[in-house]
Amino acid sequence: MTTSPIRVLVAKPGLDGHDRGAKVIARALRDAGMEVIYTGLRQTPEMIAEAALQEDVDVVGLSILSGAHNALVPKVMDLLKGKGLNDVRVFLGGIVPDEDIPPLKALGVADVFGPGTSTDVIVESIRKTIRK
Amino acid sequence: MTLHDSILSGDRRALARLITKIENDQPESRAALAALYPRGGRAQVIGVTGAPGTGKSTLVSEMAKAYRRAAKTVAIIAVDPTSPFTGGAILGDRIRMRDLSGDDGVFIRSMATRGSLGGLARATDEVVAVVDAAGFDVIMIETVGAGQSEVDIARLAHTTLVVEAPGLGDDVQAIKAGILEIADVLVLNKADLPGAEAATRALRGMLMLAHTQWDVPICETVAAEGKGVAEVIAAIDRHRNYLLQNDGMIQRERDRVRRQLENLARDLLYSRFIAAKRDEVDAAIEAVASRQRDPYSVVDELLK
Repeated sequence: MTTSPIRVLVAKPGLDGHDRGAKVIARALRDAGMEVIYTGLRQTPEMIAEAALQEDVDVVGLSILSGAHNALVPKVMDLLKGKGLNDVRVFLGGIVPDEDIPPLKALGVADVFGPGTSTDVIVESIRKTIRK
Repeated sequence: MTLHDSILSGDRRALARLITKIENDQPESRAALAALYPRGGRAQVIGVTGAPGTGKSTLVSEMAKAYRRAAKTVAIIAVDPTSPFTGGAILGDRIRMRDLSGDDGVFIRSMATRGSLGGLARATDEVVAVVDAAGFDVIMIETVGAGQSEVDIARLAHTTLVVEAPGLGDDVQAIKAGILEIADVLVLNKADLPGAEAATRALRGMLMLAHTQWDVPICETVAAEGKGVAEVIAAIDRHRNYLLQNDGMIQRERDRVRRQLENLARDLLYSRFIAAKRDEVDAAIEAVASRQRDPYSVVDELLK
């Protein structure tokens, strides 16, 4: 048996208390055959990076609706690198203004998904990035 | 440094990586397992099972905090089910364990069952062996919350907790075979809810009918508030001492190893059989599916 499902950590950093979107994504990724570790609301970047290490995930999916992505995402990326998790790919979903996207991608964010993105597009993007 | 040397020197990332390789049955995991196995055998292994919603994850989290206060390191293996339709899984036990985040003395790993029945993941035995070798003092395994048949945990853990909650069923549920019979310690969680007294009474009545040497204690807890957790830990320690004094520990270990060897041998024989006879098996499937042959004589023939 050499089944190796893609492992994804779905996390909500920051203080916004609304995780319907993150749960919809978690469900869609599960239905696409991935193993989704769902960590719940109000995660600090430190909690996310530590969970990514312990769970040995391929992907971290961040859901941020508060507008704090420019503060939170670089912090998460730094901590992941600090733990040697350079091969973990980070995806961002939420309300992100267009002009913020290029600098986030320059930091190494694999893809950014705004409101209304079809879950198929997200699944496809993750599969293409991880190519398992 | 090899993967197993890194793990022995306390590298958490190496440990996480090896667990993935074991789960995926990658060839290099065998060598690391072989090197690590002799280094284990020191951890206290505790199983936690019970129906969904009884509060297993919350209880495990509170127990981990108590063990940390006693300066013991803790590894938690939390198992959730794989969807039989898509192969995917949502592993949500960490939600209730957020208080443990940021503590170097705690390692949490979520595992999907990947088709295994019985409440554990296929590779749980192996993962326990490496976490044990990595030097954790306490290993807690939280099973899938399926209900009445996840008895595998009793064969893997030294002490098995069965978590109940008020209002889940009448006393006939409590005397059904299976899950309650594997309990070394019974926990009635959410004991502040209406019906707790009746539930405890039903459990006690059921235990009075049991014929075991070990007197299974019933602990009432409100895990979300940390109430009763110290009593659960004391009960676990009493059970551990009981096992140590009555040769129960070595007997449990022998039973566990026997089952593990059986499973490993069965898997290996089966994969060799399939590799050698793939075409014959395909032909046999056609013959049986169309009712030209019966499965019993076909298997006899294939194994001749």
